[in-house]
Amino acid sequence: MRVYIEGVGLCGPGLDGWTTSQPVLAGAQEHTPASTRVPASPLLPANERRRAVQTVRLSLAVGAEAFAAAGRHPSATATVFASSGGDGETIHEILNVLASPNRELSPTRFHNSVHNTPAGYWGIATESRAPSTSLCCHDDSFVAGLLEAAVQATVEQQPVALIAYDVQYPAPLCDVRPIGAALAVALVLTPEPSGSTLASVELHLRPRSGAVSIMPSASLEALRQRTPAARSLPVLAAIARRDKAMVMLDYLSDMTLALDVVPIRADAVLGIGSSERVPG
Amino acid sequence: MSNAARSSSAMPLALSDFSIVTSLGAGRAQTIDALRAGRSALAPCTFETLPFPTYVGEIAGLDAHSINGEMAGFDCRNNRLAAMTLRQDGFADSVAAARERYGSDRIGVFAGTSTSGLLKTETAYRRRDPTTGRLPPEFDYARTHNTYSLARFVRAALDLAGPAFVVSTACAATAKVFGSAARMIAAGVCDAAVVGGADTLCATTLFGFHALGVMADEPCRPFDASRRGISIGEAAGFVLVERPSDGHHADTILLTGVGESSDAYHMSSPHPEGIGARLAMERALEAAGLGPSAIDYINLHGTATPVGDAAEDRAVFDLFGAGTPGSSTKGFSGHTLGASGAIEAIFCALGIQHDFLPGSPHTRTVDPAFKSQYVREGRRARINRAMSNSFGFGGANCSLVLARAA
Repeated sequence: MRVYIEGVGLCGPGLDGWTTSQPVLAGAQEHTPASTRVPASPLLPANERRRAVQTVRLSLAVGAEAFAAAGRHPSATATVFASSGGDGETIHEILNVLASPNRELSPTRFHNSVHNTPAGYWGIATESRAPSTSLCCHDDSFVAGLLEAAVQATVEQQPVALIAYDVQYPAPLCDVRPIGAALAVALVLTPEPSGSTLASVELHLRPRSGAVSIMPSASLEALRQRTPAARSLPVLAAIARRDKAMVMLDYLSDMTLALDVVPIRADAVLGIGSSERVPG
Repeated sequence: MSNAARSSSAMPLALSDFSIVTSLGAGRAQTIDALRAGRSALAPCTFETLPFPTYVGEIAGLDAHSINGEMAGFDCRNNRLAAMTLRQDGFADSVAAARERYGSDRIGVFAGTSTSGLLKTETAYRRRDPTTGRLPPEFDYARTHNTYSLARFVRAALDLAGPAFVVSTACAATAKVFGSAARMIAAGVCDAAVVGGADTLCATTLFGFHALGVMADEPCRPFDASRRGISIGEAAGFVLVERPSDGHHADTILLTGVGESSDAYHMSSPHPEGIGARLAMERALEAAGLGPSAIDYINLHGTATPVGDAAEDRAVFDLFGAGTPGSSTKGFSGHTLGASGAIEAIFCALGIQHDFLPGSPHTRTVDPAFKSQYVREGRRARINRAMSNSFGFGGANCSLVLARAA
C-alpha cells in the first residue's frame, strides 16, 4: 500500500512548525527543548481562539500548516484524528466536579469532553462535510491513525489528512498516565503524487520485529518515548533528511508498521507522474 | 500490501455472526422478542443518586460479571458488558472459527465507545487520597479509562492479533467502525474483523446531557409532537464481518453501503436542515449502488430531542419522500450513545431475518409538522434492505445499508 505525503504540519516543544523544524529533525541543528508554543490558527476567528481548548488549537494549527504546504483546500478532504487521551484538562474538570458535592457540569465542558472535539471544530472551521473519524490506540494512536488514513486514501482513492495530537493530563491523572510535552502533527496523504508531493511511503504491516526507529537526538528521543503523537518523529525526520529510509513503528504488542519512505522531487513528479527518486 | 488492493471493492461484507446485549435482554432471541412485543426497557434511573428525575435503559446484573484472573486489570462496567456480549449466542465460537480460517493476525478489532471505563475513573476520583490527592493504587488507567481499553480487551478476550483501534466519534462511533473494517479488508490489511462496541451508564453522561438540557424526565418519545429529550441507555453489540463466501447462506445479512459525513455546523446541535444527515444517507446509498426506493426500512437516529428529530425528519423526507417507513428504537433501549450504531444495525439485521419492522414505544402522536413516514406500531413486514442512521456530537454522521443476502 503506497501513499504520498503532500504536506506536513508540526507543533511541539522546540518544534515550531514544519518549516523551521526540518533542520532540527534532520540532525543539522540542535534541538532545544522548550514549552510547546501553539501558533494562532488562521482557521479560528480571534474570539474562538481564546475560548478553544488546547487540543483544538493544536489540531487546527498543524492542520492549517499542512494544508497550506499541500496547496490544497481542507473543505473537501476527509480527516482522521488520532489521540491517546483526548483533552485531559476537560475530563479532569468534569471528574472533579462529579466528585464534589455540587455535581453541576458545564454544558460546553461536556460537549468538549468527546474524543472527536477537535474534529468537530475542524469541520466547522474549514466548512468541511467530508467524512471524519477520531480514533484512539493508547500509546500507538499515531500509528493506528496513519494506518487508517493510508487505507482510506488507498481504498477511496481520495486525499486524507491525518491529525495526531497529545496533551498532558493535570494531576492526579498525570501520575497514572504521564505524557511528555504537548505535540501535534498533521500529514496530508494522497493516493497519487502531485506537484506538492514530498515523499512516497510504502506501508507494510508485519508481525513485530525487534527494530524500532528512534531519534538520534537525546531530547527528541525522550519526546518520542513520552508523547504518543511524537511516535511520528522518525517519519518526519526521514522526510526532513530528504533521503530514503525504512522507518519502523511499533504497533500494539505484536506488530510493526514498516514505512519505506522515499523523498520525491516535486518538479520530477510534475514531469513524470511517478516516483522519481532524489539521488543519493 | 500492493496498490493492486485498491481495485478490490470495500462492499459488500457479510455479517457472519453478531451478538447483542441491551436493557431489552441478552442475546438475539430476547432482543427480537422485545422488539416484537413493543416492550420498552426504560425505567426510572436508580443507577446514580440524581438530583433530577430521568429514565434509563439499564442492564440488570452487570455487576455480577466481574473480570478476574489475568484479565482483572480490565475490570470496569464497560468491559464487563463487552465480556457478557461476547459470550452470547456462540459469538466467541464464530470468531474462534474465523481465527482458524484466517489466522489471529489477519482479524482486526475496530470498536467504538464514548464512555470506555469512565465510571471507574469517576469512582477513583471520589476515593482520592485526602492528603496527596492521588488516585487509589488499584486504578488501571490503560485498561479501564483509556478510550482504547475496549478494543484491547476484546482483542485479548478473543485471542486476536490483527490491527486494532477504538473509534470515538460520539454517537456515530460504532456505525463508523463498519467503514473502517470494510476499508481495511479491501486494502488487504486483514481478512475479517470484529466490529461494534459498548457504552455504559456513568455520571458524566447523565449529568452532562442534563446540563445540555436535552434529557427527558420521562421515557423518551422519538418523533412525538411533545418529545422532551433523550433517555440514556447502555448496550453492546459486536459483529464478525468478512467477505461473503460459500459458507454464508440466504439468511446472512450483508453490509452493502456505508456513508459518512460531517455537519460543519455546531458541536452539540445538528444542522437544522439535516444537511450532514442527508449527505451520509446519500453516500451510503451510492456505496450500495441503490436508489432511495430500494430501502424498505430506516432505523432512525431519532433521539427524541426537539431539534435532532426535526432535522432528521427533514433529511429523510427530502431524500426518501413519505414512502419509506422509519422508526427510532431509542424508546426501547434508550440512547446508547456510541454503542447505538452497532446495536441498531443488529436491530435491522434481526428485522430482516424475522420479517419484522420495529415500532416506537412511548411515541403517542407523531409531530404533525413531520413529513416522513414514521412507524409507531411494530408490524410483520418483508424487509430486504434497511438503512441505519447514527449522528453524533461534533457533527459526525454515518449511515449503513444492510441487506438480505438472497
